[in-house]
Amino acid sequence: MSHAAAPKTTTGIPNGKLGMWIFLASEIMLFGSLISSYIVLAMGSPTFGRPDTALLGKPLATINTFVLITSSVTMVMALASIQRNNVKALLGWMGATSFLGLGFLGIKAFEYHHKIAEGITITSSLFGSFYYTLTGLHGLHMLGGLAFNAYIAIKAMRGAYSADHYERVEYAALYWHFVDLVWVILFPLFYLV
Amino acid sequence: MEQQHAAHHPSVKGYLLVFVALGILTGLTVALSYLPISHHVGIALAIAIATTKCALIATFFMHLKTENRGITYTVLVGLFLVIVLIGAMIPDVGIVQK
Repeated sequence: MSHAAAPKTTTGIPNGKLGMWIFLASEIMLFGSLISSYIVLAMGSPTFGRPDTALLGKPLATINTFVLITSSVTMVMALASIQRNNVKALLGWMGATSFLGLGFLGIKAFEYHHKIAEGITITSSLFGSFYYTLTGLHGLHMLGGLAFNAYIAIKAMRGAYSADHYERVEYAALYWHFVDLVWVILFPLFYLV
Repeated sequence: MEQQHAAHHPSVKGYLLVFVALGILTGLTVALSYLPISHHVGIALAIAIATTKCALIATFFMHLKTENRGITYTVLVGLFLVIVLIGAMIPDVGIVQK
């Protein structure tokens, strides 16, 4: 009954949701092409120039991974809140998610600053090029996610969402989880192996 | 109707369990990177853990478990093409023996 308002589609999936997933599948190709180039060149190039592990800042990146995983949980709680018709809790969890997202970017900026001071720049080696291209692209996606979250929060404050109508909250959550998922792959690639 | 809601939407407890699992796996993969294991075993374990974490996020946080299968197939097309991409590039670059 609660989903009666959603129009029937031939795929059985709401168009907006299918659209978001197709977009995410194309994002898999975008990140996939860069990540696969990284893997192949890291294995095949004798001049890849991977810096010493001590310079990579593993503890800070680990903290950042926890920050992002936590933000995925707060996002899923935001969706669960509106599914239970609790707009106030939705706004609270969305705020927490965006706060954690900003925290991630702040830590990342600090990391960039240190890496550049250590001589790891986008032109210093193949590793540096990949590091800044991929984490930079990921950071841009984070900014996009923060903008999406802000849009959802503003709409929610105006009473746009309820237990019968929360589709866009769900799409914003899907996008956010995807950006988290990309980091889960980037983290071991750049810091651990 | 409330029961329908509860059946359709995963419980908060379930989400928290996934969160705990993700935290443990992150700790594990970082701990492994400090251990004196061989480089290749280290890579294999890191990939296995990252894949498990991604599967957990997609299955539970992105609800692929309860969604229409068509969505899973859409995503698998993207994943398959990435694997093709890696396979197509490896012969070009080769693998340097370290």
